[in-house]
Amino acid sequence: MQQQHITTAYDRELEAIQAQIMRMGGLVEEAIRSSAQALDELDLDLADKIVARDHSIDELDEMINQEVARLIALRAPTAVDLRLILTVMKVSGSLERIGDYAKNMAKRTHVLAGMSPMPAGSSSLRRMAREVERMLNDALDAYIQRDEDLARDVIDRDREVDQMYNALFREFLTFMMEDPRNITGFMHMHFIAKNVERMGDHATSIAEWVIYLVSGERPDEARPKADVTSNMN
Amino acid sequence: MYDTPNASADVAAKATKISAKNVQVYYGDTHAIKDVDVEIQDKMVTAFIGPSGCGKSTFLRCLNRMNDTIDVCRVEGDINLDGENIYDPKVDPVQLRAKVGMVFQKPNPFPKSIYDNIAYGPRIHGLAKNKAELDEIVEKSLRRGAIWEEVKDRLHAPGTGLSGGQQQRLCIARAVATEPEVLLMDEPCSALDPIATAQVEELIDELRENYSVVIVTHSMQQAARVSQKTAFFHLGNLVEFGETGQIFTNPEDPRTESYITGRIG
Repeated sequence: MQQQHITTAYDRELEAIQAQIMRMGGLVEEAIRSSAQALDELDLDLADKIVARDHSIDELDEMINQEVARLIALRAPTAVDLRLILTVMKVSGSLERIGDYAKNMAKRTHVLAGMSPMPAGSSSLRRMAREVERMLNDALDAYIQRDEDLARDVIDRDREVDQMYNALFREFLTFMMEDPRNITGFMHMHFIAKNVERMGDHATSIAEWVIYLVSGERPDEARPKADVTSNMN
Repeated sequence: MYDTPNASADVAAKATKISAKNVQVYYGDTHAIKDVDVEIQDKMVTAFIGPSGCGKSTFLRCLNRMNDTIDVCRVEGDINLDGENIYDPKVDPVQLRAKVGMVFQKPNPFPKSIYDNIAYGPRIHGLAKNKAELDEIVEKSLRRGAIWEEVKDRLHAPGTGLSGGQQQRLCIARAVATEPEVLLMDEPCSALDPIATAQVEELIDELRENYSVVIVTHSMQQAARVSQKTAFFHLGNLVEFGETGQIFTNPEDPRTESYITGRIG
């Protein structure tokens, strides 16, 4: 709804909170990209920066939550405003979690740097992270433009990320079976792959909230899932 | 989907109490209500919301023929109470208003004692055979009005001596004394403070056990708090009528959306 509120302060508050979401989105996209790069290039300075910057993401999440509580208390939002406020809270939560996964990757990068070079995986992880970053970028664009079609597109693309994760899972398993000395390193690599896969789930969740924001309906449960590792043996 | 399953079940299960079809109201040349179709369900609170002059009070007053008292007002269409047309020439408006009670914006107790305020209706309708029965009706009505405990020791004090909130609950007790089936409330809390408002809202929720309640309110939060179904009126049209939870989370009509989010007056 492009029409403005009669109380203009209400519009300003809603705009302010959305600006914070976008700032947070920018920081988180960068965290995804940098964490994959730090891992691929074993760049420990970059890894340290990611860990340090996660603090600002957490702070923004906290600020957004406080602002949401204040808006609910003071403005009693309804209809599209209510859906916007709920979406903001959920998107902020997802972004904060993605930030945490990136931080976790950066910490594991330190561990991996102290070990013998890994024979494989980090460039595939970087590709996977790039796809997740694109998904997040599109999910946030869909949010800003209230674009339901783009949001659905993001949801569909989560399947590809799941498939990349399955492939990495098999690859890591092969290396671990080949030589038990690889196990520690590839366990870390596997957690990293799982982190990236979870980032994709959060980007998908953001897209689902965009659909709720626009249409008032949560999308069907039956979204494409291709992570089959939980029942693999 | 976002409402509690209980509330949705509430909405689904009730019988129709008042059914209005194709209702038109004219004040002289002004077409105040246009083609309104609505089904008011029994044992449920229905809220009418909308900007000033949208016709919500006018439509409410059609439901017990209060508009009959306005000379230039003309009502067309069908309004049925339990399947009987209330505008049928055979219907006595006084009897109708005993069945369809009304509470107004400003508390308006009679300049009589608390007891006589309640006893007035039952007396003229001959609902009590003797003093003992009348006493019983008065007590029962004051209890239903959630004011018995506050006034039981001063039943013969003037009703006008009560606080605003108490006066309004006295008026609600007076409205239920004639054993109505439907209660119409035209902004019953707009002259009350928040505490008295909460007490009246609590009372409305209790009244829905026994009555069909229709409330006109300017407070959307009040409509959201007390009603199970909400009707939005705009420029004499019934724009949207639906389950209250749906109206306040995902209204279908953009005009409803604009109004409840504070984008049009």
